Amino acid sequence: MANVKKSSTLSKDSNRIAKWIDYRLPILSFLKAEAVDYPTPRNLNYWWNFGSLAGITLVIMILTGIWLAMHYTPHTAHAFESVERIMRDVNYGWLLRYIHMNGASMFFIVVYVHMFRGLFYGSYKKPRELLWIFGVLILLLMMATAFMGYVLPWGQMSFWGATVITNLFSAIPLVGDSIVTLLWGGFSVDNPTLNRFFALHYLFPFLIVGLVFLHLVALHTHGSNNPTGVEAKKPSDKIPFHPYYTVKDILGLVIFLTIWGAFVFFAPNFFGEPDNYIPADPLVTPPHIVPEWYFLPFYAILRSIPDKLGGVVLMFSAVFVMFIIPWLDTSPVRSGRYRPLYKIAYVFFLVACVALGWAGAQEAEGVPLLVSRLATAYYFAFFLILMPVLGFIEKPLPVPESLQESKRKKGAGR
Amino acid sequence: MDGKADKGRRDFLILTGYTMGAAGLAGLAVPFIDSLNPAADTQALATTEVNLGLLQPGQAITAMWRGKPVFIRHRTSEEIEQARTVELKGLPDPEADEARFKDNPQFLVVLGVCTHLGCVPLGQKPTDNKGDFGGWFCPCHGSHYDISGRIRKGPAPKNLTIPPYEIKDKLLKIG
Repeated sequence: MANVKKSSTLSKDSNRIAKWIDYRLPILSFLKAEAVDYPTPRNLNYWWNFGSLAGITLVIMILTGIWLAMHYTPHTAHAFESVERIMRDVNYGWLLRYIHMNGASMFFIVVYVHMFRGLFYGSYKKPRELLWIFGVLILLLMMATAFMGYVLPWGQMSFWGATVITNLFSAIPLVGDSIVTLLWGGFSVDNPTLNRFFALHYLFPFLIVGLVFLHLVALHTHGSNNPTGVEAKKPSDKIPFHPYYTVKDILGLVIFLTIWGAFVFFAPNFFGEPDNYIPADPLVTPPHIVPEWYFLPFYAILRSIPDKLGGVVLMFSAVFVMFIIPWLDTSPVRSGRYRPLYKIAYVFFLVACVALGWAGAQEAEGVPLLVSRLATAYYFAFFLILMPVLGFIEKPLPVPESLQESKRKKGAGR
Repeated sequence: MDGKADKGRRDFLILTGYTMGAAGLAGLAVPFIDSLNPAADTQALATTEVNLGLLQPGQAITAMWRGKPVFIRHRTSEEIEQARTVELKGLPDPEADEARFKDNPQFLVVLGVCTHLGCVPLGQKPTDNKGDFGGWFCPCHGSHYDISGRIRKGPAPKNLTIPPYEIKDKLLKIG
């Protein structure tokens, strides 16, 4: 990290062992610089909590996941039973599994909010393009991890979800079928598939940890964006991360864990499908197959196109388009707060995403199909047409000179 | 605001906060650690039943209980006599042969697990090395057990463990 200036050293009264270690391996002064003294914009609102929430969720998922793996058997003949054994016989196994199971949903909620925040406040704009791209990569890996994790209990939804999703690749011309056979390690979703999914489900979270590290290095290079989108100029525009944002993050964390806990203890199967408590049966497909809620918008995009290859391409594009957002947005103003037209477009984008989520859970016909087609059209129009065009035709509101000025104005307006 | 009072209050809040945080983490650690303990299905006392009707004097069989071997030996009256005349003084783990049985002293039932480091001693098969005292011999580190399953020579500190069992009408129930 060439860019990280050694701006803070340990305080003079820190203990001798700490000084001894730090002289040889400056990890403590590094942590102090990056997690304690780290200068943070003074005006971050609660939408900035979701980054740290995502990080903590990742840690909780890895811990519960490792503990679950100690009891789980990745074999088609034993997987379902080993999960039931976790639920019934392993001490607190039900708790570990319910934390992990609901944690997947919590993780996506937090990450989606985190992304919508970045999208509104222009956090992807120069010089934070790579920061955003690492974020999209993390989302992609999360999706793969969540999908493979859902296969592990080897219930009906696991099996048929795996079958449907892997079959997406059969849409690829010429080599599609060979790719699917390669993914399966056989001629249907079977034991080799389950084995490799388990191995990768265990691996990917650690790749995510690596990407999160890069995400943080990129973040700390230019510092956090803030609600005004104006770069902090004076030292007084920033405050140390600790205690100001540690306290703010902890408050958010407590609320977040309370919600997560409420699901774990009072509605543990709220996000799940009852069919996944039926052991996988390769001869019977469940009557109504839906992915987990966090995939529903993408699933709706897939089904909105009456062409197999077209649907698959569009669905993947819905994620990949996010990589080029930094270059699609042509506006000179970063924050949506000062962009009246973008604000409207953004609200409709939120509505389109929710509509896609709703349509993804319905049968693909009639009104839901129409809704998903309109919302799909808007989804892509938002990125590919509105983002570039609005930058030219929009007249932004006056942007504050500095972060402190924005605070004063806001206070006077009240 | 009085600076001193403020500092005291702040210290109190910080300490309370840290304490609650530590208590919360400790509480959270409980399910993680306890999940590594034997699960309910492992705990559920598995019992093993063995029919002793066909076991002739001098013969031995090995049963399996809770994943461990159990040595069952039908002792001859000479062997019982021999086990009961041993001078207890000087044994590494002094225990009278009578104390190792509730009834049926002809049937010795012990865990076939050396009390040194857990190997399975030899002595069940007629061709096995039975050690210097006619019982069992552990090949790992050379512990000798006698016909009562008592340690006589070698590094093992304890006599072979007696599992909970009962014998009714030549039927042995372990566990």
